[in-house]
Amino acid sequence: MQPSGRQEESRQRDGRYEPWLKIAPEFNEPAHYTGESPSGRRLSYAEAIREALVQAMEIDSSVFVMGQGVDDPSGMFGATLNLQKRFGKERVFDTPLAENGLMGVAVGAAVGGMRPVYFHNRPDFLLLAMDQLVNHASKWSYMFGGAVSVPLVVWACIGRGWGSAAQHSQALQGLFIHVPGLKLVMPGTCFDAKGLMLSAIADNNPVLIIEHRYNFRYKGIVPEQPYRIPFGRGVVRKPGKDVTLVAISYMVSEALKAADELTKCGIDAEVIDLRTLRPLDKEIILASVGKTGRLVVADSGWKTGGVTAEIAALAAEQGFSGLKAPVRRVASLDLPTPAGYTLEDAFYPGAKEIVAAAREIFSWRGSVPEGA
Amino acid sequence: MEPPRETLQALYRAIFRIRRVQLRIESLYRLDEMKTPVHLCIGQEAVAVGVCAALRREDYISSTHRGHGHYLAKGGDLKSMIAELYCRETGCSKGRGGSMHLVDTSVGHIGSSSIVGGSIPIAVGLGLSIRMKGEDRVSVAFFGDGAADEGVLYESVNFAILKRLPVIFVYENNQFSVCSPVSSRQAGEIIFHRTPSDLMHSCVVNGNDAVEVYGEAETAVLRARGGAGPSFIECKTYRVREHAGAGSDSSGAYRTAGEIASWESRCPLVILRDRLRAERNADPRELDDMEKAVDSEIDEAFRFAQESPLPRGEDVHLHLFCE
Repeated sequence: MQPSGRQEESRQRDGRYEPWLKIAPEFNEPAHYTGESPSGRRLSYAEAIREALVQAMEIDSSVFVMGQGVDDPSGMFGATLNLQKRFGKERVFDTPLAENGLMGVAVGAAVGGMRPVYFHNRPDFLLLAMDQLVNHASKWSYMFGGAVSVPLVVWACIGRGWGSAAQHSQALQGLFIHVPGLKLVMPGTCFDAKGLMLSAIADNNPVLIIEHRYNFRYKGIVPEQPYRIPFGRGVVRKPGKDVTLVAISYMVSEALKAADELTKCGIDAEVIDLRTLRPLDKEIILASVGKTGRLVVADSGWKTGGVTAEIAALAAEQGFSGLKAPVRRVASLDLPTPAGYTLEDAFYPGAKEIVAAAREIFSWRGSVPEGA
Repeated sequence: MEPPRETLQALYRAIFRIRRVQLRIESLYRLDEMKTPVHLCIGQEAVAVGVCAALRREDYISSTHRGHGHYLAKGGDLKSMIAELYCRETGCSKGRGGSMHLVDTSVGHIGSSSIVGGSIPIAVGLGLSIRMKGEDRVSVAFFGDGAADEGVLYESVNFAILKRLPVIFVYENNQFSVCSPVSSRQAGEIIFHRTPSDLMHSCVVNGNDAVEVYGEAETAVLRARGGAGPSFIECKTYRVREHAGAGSDSSGAYRTAGEIASWESRCPLVILRDRLRAERNADPRELDDMEKAVDSEIDEAFRFAQESPLPRGEDVHLHLFCE
């Protein structure tokens, strides 16, 4: 559960060192949700995920939840809180620290007709399970001509901040977007966290959900009834005409902050939340670039060979005629994550870097926004 | 206890059939029409046949790159297998898998992995699905001594014991990983033989004697079906042929022709034939007739494969995902 604002304040006053103090809860939802009704039931990000799991397990007896610490008192950032009490130790269980072996167990259970949801605390630990995830889960359908399906969901949360350093905070979506046969999902709002989780569980193929710890600050409007958000369909979070800001997961909120900042400079930015990286909504990117002629891609992962590179290449290959200026990329530095917070600040890009990238585009050969 | 004559005959027939299929592959391989790396299990057939004789159609197996024997012993379709070796659209994996990736879900063969050790935890996961769904099935992981080097075996066995899953680990120790003998890779006897028997049943058998393998497999299957948890059967056998491809590598420096010959003289067919001949009512013509029938089935399978269409290039994208 998210700590209340008062608890947060008192902890800071006491000077105690609590793991999650750096993740300050935001009581004002970022301007993410673009649903038709601004009112509705509000849930925290963790509650939204948990509701998806509860509903999936109620809907389908083949759904189960496994992973190191899914029955912990903290309940995996709150996402699996009390699930074991509700569904029992057979359907919600802790696992040995054997990432690759247990990933194979999850694959086998899926092949046997179950729908496992395998929680990993951090994407870093997924590297120990690359063999089963990449060599097995992602290839089992193709390699056997579609004879065997693997309806598996793997979940991991990028542990940015609080000095988590090089092995507890990696944003590895750039590695996983490379793998055919693996769907890659990165929600950015509470609404999407629930709807994309339900889509992932419902999918007959392996799906990797990479969350971002900062998203767990959010509260947002989440409809109570189960719903699924289709993969491969991004969403325009803020319409605009001068420059396209493409982002995913937590970077969407940074892009929205950047868009606000750019408005002050007379630049009307359009913000696109991709929601899933595989499948990738190429149409929404190309349509927006065709309209604005300018593109900034923002991602929490590394720059070289990563998500921003892929999307920039898409624009170059398929959207070149619409571009008025070179594409700019905003990504983490090509370094292991440093622990110290002054170094973290230098390492992680955010709204400031997105604004700078967008403005740089407009300074290119005197390119100016229309009407500016 | 010696099994009934019909069982001996069935074991012999199954081993003979797998042997003849592989000899046919070997003889045709040089034509380069089977454009896929084959890993023959000549001399090791008794492991697959002995274990699968104790299984039902609906029981699961997971297999390896050296998996022709497992596939056929479990009842996998011969025509589909040969067509897969010819990379045809009619192959069991529609020409997407090749020799190392056979599958026949209609008989519980859920696919073979060519990553050494890769299919072991998948068999354990199938055991978990059996438990969760309350099914009357068992799950078998076939793997070799190369996989016994891998950490994933430890992870898999631990979990199977922890959850008392209906899983049988069949350690097909053919003594070589490519050209590296097991003695150069492992410090001693595999640790799982020291597991307390109430946690996991373990044993070592002559993997070239199908009757011995079958007997231990039956014990393991009974244990698994009764909810008593996993078993670990080490089958000592020998890879007679080279690691991959067709032919012998007796000229290789890593083993002698004499060593190979000594194992060939103890081959699964020789052992079973001796057992059958020891029977009072043995009829030599019976075996001849059976052998002829097997050969004509193999003729037909190869013809089917050679005449089957190849996958079309424009269909390369199909099957990445299941609907």
